[in-house]
Amino acid sequence: MSLMNWIDKRIPFSNTMKLHVTEYPAPKNFNFWYLMGSLAIVVLVNQIVTGIWLTMSYNPSAEGAFASVEYIMRDVEYGWLLRYMHSTGASAFFVVVYLHMFRGLMYGSYQKPRELLWIFGMLIFLVLMAEAFMGYLLPWGQMSYWGAQVIISLFGAIPIIGDDLTTWIRGDYVISGATLNRFFALHVIALPLVLVILVFLHLIALHEVGSNNPDGIDIKKPKGSVPEEEQAKFKFHERYTSKYDIVDAIPFHPYYTVKDIVGLVVFLILCSLVIFYAPTMGGFFLEPPNFQAADPMVTPEHIAPVWYFTPFYAILRAVPDKLTGVILMFGAIVMLALIPWLDRAKARSVRYRSTLHKVNLTQFAISFVILGYLGAMPATDLYTFIARVCTILYFGFFIALFFYSKNEKIKPLPERLTK
Amino acid sequence: MSNAPVDKGRRRFLTVATSVVGGAGVVGAAVPFIASWNPSAKARIAGAPVEVKIDKIEPGQLVRVEWRGAPVWVIRRTQEMLDSLPLADSRLRDPESNEPQQPEYAKNQHRSINPEWFIAVGICTHLGCSPQYFERNFGIAEGIDSGFFCACHGSRFDIAGRVFQGVPAPSNLVVPPHYFIDDETVLVGEEEGAA
Repeated sequence: MSLMNWIDKRIPFSNTMKLHVTEYPAPKNFNFWYLMGSLAIVVLVNQIVTGIWLTMSYNPSAEGAFASVEYIMRDVEYGWLLRYMHSTGASAFFVVVYLHMFRGLMYGSYQKPRELLWIFGMLIFLVLMAEAFMGYLLPWGQMSYWGAQVIISLFGAIPIIGDDLTTWIRGDYVISGATLNRFFALHVIALPLVLVILVFLHLIALHEVGSNNPDGIDIKKPKGSVPEEEQAKFKFHERYTSKYDIVDAIPFHPYYTVKDIVGLVVFLILCSLVIFYAPTMGGFFLEPPNFQAADPMVTPEHIAPVWYFTPFYAILRAVPDKLTGVILMFGAIVMLALIPWLDRAKARSVRYRSTLHKVNLTQFAISFVILGYLGAMPATDLYTFIARVCTILYFGFFIALFFYSKNEKIKPLPERLTK
Repeated sequence: MSNAPVDKGRRRFLTVATSVVGGAGVVGAAVPFIASWNPSAKARIAGAPVEVKIDKIEPGQLVRVEWRGAPVWVIRRTQEMLDSLPLADSRLRDPESNEPQQPEYAKNQHRSINPEWFIAVGICTHLGCSPQYFERNFGIAEGIDSGFFCACHGSRFDIAGRVFQGVPAPSNLVVPPHYFIDDETVLVGEEEGAA
């Protein structure tokens, strides 16, 4: 291994691999929910690669964008596949990210000492939403145009500077080629760069504090507190073992890499089914009006964002006041970011928390899904009413959590991970 | 190398002074990057006024024209529509058009120069969709048979573009500056005698 030696003298390759991959202690009880993080990385790579290939044939101008997407679909070899991999990847990204976030909520993965890890995650979520929104303008279809019109107008609700701000974002008095061009630049260069950096920070923060697990019980015990024969039997990096006694852990590689590959295969099969048999997902992944070129004169009769924005969109629509609606919509995300400080319980995992918390978390998830459905539907009186109820329940989750978690009656916590 | 003791005060002053000057430089350097997002000179001059021929418009008909890239509606209102305007007053947010959403000469109940002709920017004041025109069957109340409905978020406006209460849109539709050149032509985007 002289080559390896040569490299290691110049860059800490072997050590980094050991520290973060082959000798990284991961709790032994990861379940289905712990697949989502690595799946998200695979989707990110897919988006970057297919995205680069799409830019090779795409024309970012108001005159040429729509036609160039048709050109990719019809004339470029395998262009249809690249585009559907990219559009399906966008939705798949949000599927795994929402599941990943819900996992964090269930097992208290945001609690001390993982607050910053959670915040990086929320920033990734925000950048991902900006990335998806700007990407959706690029095909320059009817829904691209009017969706962007609505979202950019949200900033117009800010008092005093609102109107100038929206003009500044658009680079014109209406959405035009100038807007398309800058969104293209942000979508393909600026935001992916930020996203990759944030993912890097998210992983570094994760490996610093260590992975949480479905029991929410620490696998790192104070040094010298665990007898030798009860410690995990694997070799872990001394960065971890010099400070802690590690119990109930296995190295990330090969144990979880192999497990993740099994999950990945199933995930790729599901994605392939969508890409090859239902690329529009009945209008949820790619909406019908977007197969019509943008027309600034006529709004489509029913406009709705892509499914992953609909819960927040439903909150916006539920409020009969422009500024309050916008504040609540962004507030819905801010509340999530604040949860490490709102939840004051002594236990992490939902397994050891009170029935009240289980009910609260369940109602939160259900309200979120209902809001997602309502956001995709036209605003009728009944739907608006339900959306208002669900909006109250959504925010109620956080408010109630803040009050009951302080003195919450939790089940006795085990010393070690359960079987 | 001098062995003089470290002058902490002097070091502190130099650190702060360098940081402030450097910070000012960063702010200055940010100006072109931020300003380049403003509408270009080309976009600014594209807002030329448009002439609309109105002699062929039937009563009740809506004609869309493009002005500054946005849809502008020209509607020839029927007498029935005009009669419905006072009926809506009590249900509106701003029946008197106190908000400056129109030129001074359109600050009246029918929000136009000539009651028959209603000219407005067809962009919802909520989040910028273009509302649908209901020539009849608006069905919001007895006697109010026409108006505009924004399907995006359910905002409603009467046939003078005045917003109803209890909808997300905060203000009336914008009436652009306009004037009648003659009986057959209206100029959208400029006041009479402006240029």
